[in-house]
Amino acid sequence: MATVRVMKKMYGVCSHAIRQTTVLKAARILQQREFSVNEALRQQQFNSSEEKPQFPGASAEFIDHLEFIQPNVISGIPVYRVMDRAGQIVNPSEDPQLSKETVVNFYQKMTLLNTMDRILYESQRQGRISFYMTNYGEEGTHIGSAAALDPNDLVFGQYREAGVLMFRGFPLDLFMAQCYANADDLGKGRQMPVHYGCKDLNFVTISSPLATQIPQAAGAAYAAKRENTNRAVICYFGEGAASEGDAHAGFNFSATLECPIIFFCRNNGYAISTPTNEQYRGDGIAARGPGYGMMSIRVDGNGVFAVYNATKEARRRAVAENQPFLIEAMTYRIGHHSTSDDSSAYRSVDEVNYWDKQDHPISRLRHYMTARSWWSEDDERSWRKKSRKTVMEAFEKAEKRSKPHPDLMFTDVYEEMTPNLVKQKEAMWRHLQQYKEHYPMDTFTK
Amino acid sequence: MAAAARFLLRGAGSKAYISNVNSSAQSCLGTSLRKLSPSCLSQTKTQKKHSSHFTYHPDPVPSNYGPTTKMNLFQSVTSALDNTLASDPTAVIFGEDVAFGGVFRCTVGLRDKYGKDRVFNTPLCEQGIVGFGIGAAVAGATAIAEIQFADYIYPAFDQIVNEAAKYRYRSGNMFDCGNLTIRAPWGCVGHGSLYHSQSPEAFFAHCPGLKIVIPRGPVQCKGLLLSCIEDHNPCIFFEPKILYRAAVEQVPTEAYTIPLSQAEVLQEGSDVTLVAWGTQIHVLREVVTMAQEKLGVSCELIDLQTILPWDTETVCKSVAKTGRLLISHEAPVTGGFAAEISSTVQEEQVEVFRSGQEIDQLLTFTCFRANNSEVVYSELLRRSLSHHFSHLGTRPGKDPVFNHLVRKQHLGRGCPSAPCATTDCYFWFNEPSLYMRG
Ligand SMILES: Cc1ncc(C[n+]2csc(CCOP(=O)(O)OP(=O)(O)O)c2C)c(N)n1
Ligand SMILES: [Mg+2]
Repeated sequence: MATVRVMKKMYGVCSHAIRQTTVLKAARILQQREFSVNEALRQQQFNSSEEKPQFPGASAEFIDHLEFIQPNVISGIPVYRVMDRAGQIVNPSEDPQLSKETVVNFYQKMTLLNTMDRILYESQRQGRISFYMTNYGEEGTHIGSAAALDPNDLVFGQYREAGVLMFRGFPLDLFMAQCYANADDLGKGRQMPVHYGCKDLNFVTISSPLATQIPQAAGAAYAAKRENTNRAVICYFGEGAASEGDAHAGFNFSATLECPIIFFCRNNGYAISTPTNEQYRGDGIAARGPGYGMMSIRVDGNGVFAVYNATKEARRRAVAENQPFLIEAMTYRIGHHSTSDDSSAYRSVDEVNYWDKQDHPISRLRHYMTARSWWSEDDERSWRKKSRKTVMEAFEKAEKRSKPHPDLMFTDVYEEMTPNLVKQKEAMWRHLQQYKEHYPMDTFTK
Repeated sequence: MAAAARFLLRGAGSKAYISNVNSSAQSCLGTSLRKLSPSCLSQTKTQKKHSSHFTYHPDPVPSNYGPTTKMNLFQSVTSALDNTLASDPTAVIFGEDVAFGGVFRCTVGLRDKYGKDRVFNTPLCEQGIVGFGIGAAVAGATAIAEIQFADYIYPAFDQIVNEAAKYRYRSGNMFDCGNLTIRAPWGCVGHGSLYHSQSPEAFFAHCPGLKIVIPRGPVQCKGLLLSCIEDHNPCIFFEPKILYRAAVEQVPTEAYTIPLSQAEVLQEGSDVTLVAWGTQIHVLREVVTMAQEKLGVSCELIDLQTILPWDTETVCKSVAKTGRLLISHEAPVTGGFAAEISSTVQEEQVEVFRSGQEIDQLLTFTCFRANNSEVVYSELLRRSLSHHFSHLGTRPGKDPVFNHLVRKQHLGRGCPSAPCATTDCYFWFNEPSLYMRG
């Protein structure tokens, strides 16, 4: 209704001049809107102290003294945790009571991810792959959240959530294939390393432009809600990406359109070199939730159980109540932003060491397991050896595999190759025929 | 109720009052309107003679798609959406103000008929609308997003260009948003000024992965829109907003599709090829008649319909026959889509020359825009015909390739054009895309 009114005001004016009847009608409408003192005199009686605001855009109370709202940054939103830094459960009633098998699986996935990161990081240093991004220090956010989801739930990620995909069973061979852009890469070698995706595991392919997945995840959740299949969507992003306009769009759309979605922000302290105090002035990302009318929580991202509990409950309620949830997982990016970054230029080694040595999600979980005698030194040693071996095997296999067929440069642009692309493909082959000595043709699939 | 729509649909003729819209005169609008004197109204009348810069020529009544009803262009959009919502339970329609029918009335009645979970308002945020639509399509829905004006599609540029267009490619065909269609009112309307008149198709035409479609009238609109919705690639469907009410045709009530990427030869001719899309088709239809009557020149008129991927074959075939090409669009000239067409045609023609085929006419390329058929006609005369038609039937210089390339330099891409009157109330210079109140 209000919309109509505003539009009339904005546009109505010029159009009505055409036909006189319309002009008169418009004039009458506008006349009615004009303030008149007579109207004021006709006002009904009322009691000023009992009045409630009637504005369509907000409702609360009137107050009679000038007061700006203070952002509550100092005391801030509390951080929910289950384990302390020594792996001890703080409040036993919050212990998710997961079986030994489950917890060991968590631990193995977290450490396998860590091992894969080390090997791929190193391989980039040796010039064997072009680029890499590690997940050091954020393993708890990945595994804790992934474990709390249903395998059917659709994942929209940023680029630092390889652990989620690993938890869902993405084989090492395929991680490697993507990083090598070889013929086995599900993405057909079209993107930089770490842009994984897997249809079967409901993990939407990563895209480089930041935050674009956030409104998309809202749309996907809306479609899932209409399908009524009890499916949720989870959307990961960094605290830096949360500054993008798309983040605002996604939050607001999911709230107004009542989407069953979990927004999972990994607040790891940095967006490349930019620290959080140059990224935002409010109380982190969780503080934005209430502004969108969204349920929100801040959790200790280095404690896998806190992440697990929060995600599990958010997922349950998101689907049951068709509403979005925002989880801000506090953590720390121990590695450089990527292989193109040297973080010593903007942060101290001491700072990094604190998180690496004093509050690492992997060591916390290890303390927890050791205290229950679920994991011995021997277990650790043999697991480290085994996991390193499997990663190395996958790595070597991927390196030997040929590159994708050059024709794949032209497929999937459209569902079917269009005539202009067919022409371009033919032109490419003519070019390759003429200049073959300039191209390493034998490395490509024939 | 539909005041907003009427504002942009009425065409010109109301321009005397436009100057009030943005000014601080808002508050006294009531007064100024009430003061409308008879002389004001007569002024409107005299201006009205320029109010339409073309006469709309309806398409013949289609006979192959069942019963037809009289519809204007916005009703043909509604009809297409109605068919889609009825046949496809996953289809959803959303955007700013679509729930009550849209500011251009394209979604009237659909919410009541199909439910508020299928036809709904979104917050006012174009990047959100497109992003949301992409996600819905990725998750299996048929997503039909409305951007209120093509001029406001730019906040969604990244979502369209980096996301929608590349979804299938970057995922190796694991994920796609082929079921996304973005509709937006497009083009000049006469009094829309700087931000309600743009034709941004060329921005998107640079982006493989997208399809861009622009209809010339209600029958084409419904068939092409349904094709976009059915197509498994993200499509942008630009609707010439000046035609929403002005264009009325007998439109089939049932669903039907018109193939994408196929240009339509609307009028066969032998002396010069005219290419356009959307509103410009109607301008050029008049040029065809004028050229025939005044010069005895026979024009071949082609409606491109799909801007991307476009039908090079039909256009090139025609130019091979006529030897001359004129393209008219409403967007800025530099980097406009006419430049792309002209460059492609020239490349193809060079091949023809090289292959030793005899060609007895010279090529002339003119890309410019105008909304007034008089202007197009005189440009046609000035640039293409005057110095060449005297040669009709004679052979060109000894070296056709050289001749051709010289022409290409002089008359090819980015050739500047005279300021053209888009309507009586605005002059629209080509560069920078500057609009001036007349
Ligand atoms: C739209 C866009 N702008 C800039 C970049 C370059 N960029 C890549 S990652 C990054 C920092 C992101 O930080 P954050 O969201 O906190 O994620 P983190 O790397 O900490 O996991 C930037 C600026 C980009 N990929 N996309
Ligand atoms: Mg960060």
